[in-house]
Amino acid sequence: MSRPPSRTLPENSERMSSDRVKSTSNDPLHLQADVLVLGGGPSGAWAALAAAEDGARVVLADKGYLGTSGATAPSNTGTWCVPPGENRGQAVERRWQRTGGLADQRWMLRCVDQAYENLVKLSEWGYLFPHEDDGRLYIANLRGPDYMRFMRRRVLKAGVTVLDHHPALELLSNGDAITGASGVDRQRNRDWSVEAKAVVLATGGCAFHERILGATGLTGDGYLMAAEAGAHLSGMEFTGKYTLAPYETSLNKGLPYRWATFYREDGSPLVDANGEQISNGIGEREKDIAKALIDGPVFARLDHAEPALQDWLRRGQPNCFVPHDRAGIDPFKDLFRITLRAEGTVRGTGGIMLATADCGTGVPGLYVAGDAASRENMTGAVSGGGAVNSSWAIASGWWSGKGASTHARKSARKAFRSMSKPLGEAGLRPAGNARADLRTAEIIEAVRAEVIPLEKNYFRDGTTLHTSSERLERLWNDVRQHLHAEGVDRVRSRETASITASARWSLASALARNESRGMHRRADRPGNDPAFARRILVSGVDAISIGEAQISREGIAS
Amino acid sequence: MIEIVSASRCIECDICVKVCPANVFDAVPDSAPVIARQDDCQTCYLCEIYCPVDALYVAHRAEGHFPITEAEVEERNLFGSYARALGWKRGKAGGTEHDPTHRIRVAAV
Ligand SMILES: Cc1cc2nc3c(=O)[nH]c(=O)nc-3n(C[C@H](O)[C@H](O)[C@H](O)COP(=O)(O)OP(=O)(O)OC[C@H]3O[C@@H](n4cnc5c(N)ncnc54)[C@H](O)[C@@H]3O)c2cc1C
Ligand code: SF4
Ligand code: SF4
Repeated sequence: MSRPPSRTLPENSERMSSDRVKSTSNDPLHLQADVLVLGGGPSGAWAALAAAEDGARVVLADKGYLGTSGATAPSNTGTWCVPPGENRGQAVERRWQRTGGLADQRWMLRCVDQAYENLVKLSEWGYLFPHEDDGRLYIANLRGPDYMRFMRRRVLKAGVTVLDHHPALELLSNGDAITGASGVDRQRNRDWSVEAKAVVLATGGCAFHERILGATGLTGDGYLMAAEAGAHLSGMEFTGKYTLAPYETSLNKGLPYRWATFYREDGSPLVDANGEQISNGIGEREKDIAKALIDGPVFARLDHAEPALQDWLRRGQPNCFVPHDRAGIDPFKDLFRITLRAEGTVRGTGGIMLATADCGTGVPGLYVAGDAASRENMTGAVSGGGAVNSSWAIASGWWSGKGASTHARKSARKAFRSMSKPLGEAGLRPAGNARADLRTAEIIEAVRAEVIPLEKNYFRDGTTLHTSSERLERLWNDVRQHLHAEGVDRVRSRETASITASARWSLASALARNESRGMHRRADRPGNDPAFARRILVSGVDAISIGEAQISREGIAS
Repeated sequence: MIEIVSASRCIECDICVKVCPANVFDAVPDSAPVIARQDDCQTCYLCEIYCPVDALYVAHRAEGHFPITEAEVEERNLFGSYARALGWKRGKAGGTEHDPTHRIRVAAV
């Protein structure tokens, strides 16, 4: 608590935003801060608040707009909300049983505690939670648009400088530690850089350009930035999570399908291996739906929802009904076509490996939070969507902000621009000659062809993974050697590089995990192999190294 | 994806330009914003709820263009329909205290 929150930075972001249209200056923007947070989803917002509370000067830069960007803002997120008390241990133990043995109970316990504390803070700050019938507040659910709008206000009130539409392109380093980041202000087409004593990567997961809610900016940029700085990634094989959505829509929210029945195009009901009609799309039966979708179109109807439930669904998950209403469909009565949307690491679990309990990455000055981090500590080989991820975003955001501000305070070093060098390579500085014929859209489509189709990525096998992996190597070579862009177009070229790199890490890890576990389903290696009750780590950008980490229930948390 | 910026409703506040996370709109001096990068739209419907006068319409199709006329959107009372369902009004947030999602979660178990 050494210094009060300060607004001593050269410009105030709110004023900057409102002057945006009038501003004509293309002069680069340079700021200095103690802590720079990259990403304005919940984890970035909590990180900024935690650091500001410590008196750090904080800048938060988001690719889009703090308040609407990221996976939470358009959604309605249930949290993993476990009140203090004796039952916590049991709740954690029960959840741990479902994680394929890869989670870490110590992280889980401290996460539920921190998330609970912060949820209570939200209520104290004035976020309006609903009441249960007995009058108690229900704090285990956060409505995305409202929550993130609330967080924006809170972050601004804490004196944080918020830079909207300022995607980061690369990290800066003085050789010993991370000293900031730079990027482009995409609405004014000017470069920016922030010198900082510590950087928090809160850039979310990688959804491989799948058109799901919130995924527009979720292209794995943080993974590439971290790997270029020397950090490890972990759990990148756990990208086999898909969620049901009405066909060709963005609504990847599975909850309503709990009350659905499913049909083939000829109207015959989908049945499981025992001949039972499938009537819950979000449990074990999802696999049967995935198989049917490989064969042909599948339709659903929410006909198991009673009228009271229909009302709750409509009022509680209104965006699930927006596509139906606009298409003129009554989903409780009419059949509608569905699809399974790939979710990459957003509802998968892979990400940047956590090296320390304060969410340090092992690279001095570099911290990570939320979906940018591996969530294996919390949820192992199964998806943390639906509860765990949002609590993790809150808790890890908080810890990373504290970790970063502590690091900033301790570091006597002054970050001088002259000493800092940018670390970005692929998509920014091609190793070979720039080729104008390379189209980012085509590269992304080619990557997607390997990591999105159900028959390759929901159901995996070694041979297919190998073939995909070889294709990805060729694509990577094009990207690394020849992809180049100027000005604002660097955002897309960098995203293309990040998506391609994330796919490579995912395939390399999937090949290394020579078994099936959780959402990693290898047809050629069905079943768990006890020898693989450990983490798969990857590092390196051009040459990928595979490593592993033994985990125990104690893990690395202190 | 985003399909309509209603020039007759729009008051040219440029809020949508600022809040769209995908940077889909471009501001135009003395005019309604234009949809400059439609294909980047992530179909999140958030611009609709931030617009103070319900001048935006996002079609449900997330992959590619979905032609629809302003007259049809007007006629079917779809302008602002998502904001109304949430309890947002004139671009201002509201309604979380009435969210019955906890009942759904109990029923889902
Ligand atoms: C439809 C849906 C429903 C969900 N429901 C639930 C649920 O019920 N319960 C649950 O626990 N979890 C749920 N999740 C998961 C949850 O939303 C995420 O875990 C959470 O949003 C992660 O927060 P985050 O801040 O780490 O990332 P995000 O919220 O994704 O935010 C990442 C931010 O980083 C920014 N960014 C990216 N790249 C850059 C860059 N280069 N420079 C600057 N900024 C950048 C993005 O613009 C974005 O604002 C859901 C996810 C989806 C998609
Ligand atoms: S937010 Fe609505 S009123 Fe404001 S500029 Fe956009 S369309 Fe027009
Ligand atoms: S739906 Fe979302 S991404 Fe599309 S224009 Fe509106 S705010 Fe932007």
